[in-house]
This record gives sequence, C-alpha cells and structure tokens, in this order.
Amino acid sequence: MRVTVIDYKAGNLTSVLKALRHLGAEPEVTDGDLSLVESAGRLILPGVGHFAATERLDSNGLTSAIRVAIARGVPFLGICVGMQWLYAGSSEAPNQPGLGHFAEKCTRFADSKEKVPHVGWNSLEVRKDSRLLTGVEPGEFVYFTHSYKAPVTADTAAVTYYIEPFASAVERANVMGVQFHPEKSGATGLKILGNFLSWERK
Amino acid sequence: MITKRIIACLDVHDGRVVKGVQFVDLIDAGDPATQAARHAREGADEIVLLDITATHEGRQTLLDTVRRTARELFVPFAVGGGIRTADDAAQVFEAGADKVSVNSAALADPTLINAIGRSFGAQAVVVAIDARRDPEAADPVREAQVFVQGGRKPAGRRVVEWAREAEDRGAGEILLTSMDSDGMRTGFDCELTAAVSEAVGIPVIASGGAGTVDHFVDVFGRGKADAALAASIFHFGVSSARSLKEELAKAGVSVRLPC
Repeated sequence: MRVTVIDYKAGNLTSVLKALRHLGAEPEVTDGDLSLVESAGRLILPGVGHFAATERLDSNGLTSAIRVAIARGVPFLGICVGMQWLYAGSSEAPNQPGLGHFAEKCTRFADSKEKVPHVGWNSLEVRKDSRLLTGVEPGEFVYFTHSYKAPVTADTAAVTYYIEPFASAVERANVMGVQFHPEKSGATGLKILGNFLSWERK
Repeated sequence: MITKRIIACLDVHDGRVVKGVQFVDLIDAGDPATQAARHAREGADEIVLLDITATHEGRQTLLDTVRRTARELFVPFAVGGGIRTADDAAQVFEAGADKVSVNSAALADPTLINAIGRSFGAQAVVVAIDARRDPEAADPVREAQVFVQGGRKPAGRRVVEWAREAEDRGAGEILLTSMDSDGMRTGFDCELTAAVSEAVGIPVIASGGAGTVDHFVDVFGRGKADAALAASIFHFGVSSARSLKEELAKAGVSVRLPC
C-alpha cells in the first residue's frame, strides 16, 4: 500500500518508515515534490523537535499541497509536532502559523512540580467513535515525548492526563493526529498505524 | 497516568552483548538484536545499547548492530558509546536509534549537546553522567563529582551543576550512574538521584546498584527517578522486566502493565 511521508527535516524518519514497512506498507518520502503530495493516497506528517521547523512546509509549497490533498479526502496523519501543526499555531513559535484545520492553539504544559517534557508511557481515554483508535482498550499505553500540547475540544479523539488533561489524539473525518509516537508504542502503536493504513472514506 | 520506565541496558562489545562487572571479565551474552527484541517482548519500556568497544574500527560494527537491532524494535531505542560529534550522532539516528547518549565527548565540548538537539530535537539527546560522591566535601551528595574513563578520572565538574548545564543546552534526559554503587547490588544512590532530579526539570534515569525489586521501589520513591536502568538484575533472580514491573505494581509504583 502506498503512503507518502513528508520530510520537513525535523528529526529522523527512520522509525516511522520502519513501522510502516513492518505493517506491509510501501512508504515513499518527499521533502518537496508537490505533485506527489497532491496525488498521494495517504499522507503522514511525522516530526519531533521544534514547531518552528514547520516553516519549511510553507516555504516550499507543501502546506498548499497538503490542503489540496486533505480537501480531496486523502487520509492524513500528523504525529507529534505533525499533529500540533494541524492547529492554528503553537506558543513554541508564535510567529509560525499552523495549518489551522483545527482552530485552537497548542501551548506549553503549565509550570508545576512535574517534569517537562512529558516523557514516557501514558494511557489514553479514547472517544467511542474514533476510527483511528479502534480496538485500543482502556489500560493500553503509548509513548510520549513532548513539552507542548493541544487542548481538549470536540475534535479530540483521546485525552491523556499529565499536569492537565490534553488531546493525545485528534480526529475529524480524514484528518487525524496523535501526540504520542505510534511507531515507538509497541503493539498498541502498530495497531493504531494499522488503523490509519486501512482507513477508507465511508 | 505517566508510568515509571524500566529500561533494559545492553552492553555491547564488538557487536556482541557482554556481561561483566565494571567492564572487566566480559562474558559473551548473545546477539544484541535478539536480546533487545527479547527484552521488548518481555516488557521493557525502552532499550539502551551501550557500545563499550570505543575503537575506530568498532564504529562500523556499531552502526551495523544498531541497524539490525532497530529493525524490528517498536519501543524507544537509545544508543551510547563513542559518539563524539554531531555527525556520529546523525549516523546512529540514520541507523535507527531514537536517542543518543553522550558522556565524555559532551564534557569535552558541551556545545555537542546543543548541536545534536538543534538537528534532532531535545528528546533525542540523553546526557549520561558518571558520578561519585565527594567524601571530602561538606555535602558529599550535592558536591558529588563527575567522572570519566569508567569512573577512574575526575572530570573537574560537579554533578548537579553539570546536569543543569546539560538541561540548559537542550538535553532531553539525564542518565545518572552512581559509580559508587555500580556493580555492588546494594541499591541505587537515592540521595544523589534525588538531588539531581530536584535540580533539573527534565527526566532523570537512575543507574547503578540495583540488586532487588525494593531497590527500584526506593529509587522511584525516595530517589525521585523517572526511569531506572536494569541490567544485572535480570541475571539475579528477576527473570524479566515484566516480572519486575509486576512486583513494582504490587508495591504501588505506577508502571506500564500489561505489557
């Protein structure tokens, strides 16, 4: 199965590609081939690192190409910073807009006695009608590593608790995002990536 | 709820897992890829591979080992040993590691932390600190000293201060090894771990001294550790990360179970 992974030079893609291949997909990587993005069958935007790195998506035209693909109904999955980018922006880089598909903004965890970044395995409270998280049972864990997070809204597909409740997954029709790293979350993560790979428009 | 991590550590020499106390009397303990997969299957939350070869010829072997180990590993995977430059780190990431652990090279040139963090994100940089209490100091814990060369040579830095600098430079986690406790199986240095954990805002992984399940309970409680490295405990009665975590859960520690 064909899936296009967008490389915007924010961290390494090896783990994501490895997990996709393990699931039988044939990932192709692009850092600027707009026609490949517009015609993609499925799109994944990974990313670890700084929100400012998403500037590259604007400067080489990928943002518009992604908009075209999403409007066409292509299943889209943002991972970590890739999920945050689906929102209007992040206080990590206030001058860098996100896609704005979800209207809210991402913010840093509030100051507390807890460590930031939030690193480690945490659980998910899954919204019942989530298609991305189908089959994820209470008590399953996924791996997080991040300092910024999205707020809980009607589009939130899963809530996780750390310092405060935040959106660990978001989902509206064909546009999905996960704050955790499914490629590093053992069997649970592979199940979620598998759900994305088999997502079809109803 | 965030859980405490049990990290399985593999010491690797010339492409093979080795066991030994303080890097002496090494015994062959198998293939890294096989051992890493086994630990992941048996409930480890993360895998660390520490290369103790540290020779130039060993570099290529290490990259091959990382590549083979990462191939079918779907939990976080950190690699340390012999990473001296941002280019070294880039090669290790390219081979499939999620994090690199830097130690003496970061002490020699602290900007290495900034450089790796800039390219790969703070979450990808673990700063490993080998520490010894300073028995001469007024406060042996707070004035504990950083050591290099397997705990033989003082680096001229205080542990707490170096951990803070590492955080400021963009480290994502601290891997703190007590050289006083390492290999002793008398427990982690909880006072030292707590001192570092309270001094920084990033997670601290405790290492050195584990001999029993209670030692882990202690370091997660009193020691305020966010994660703990488990190596030799798996050779002494506790059969797997899963059984260790089951015992920890009974003692009230929040861990990833079932796993």
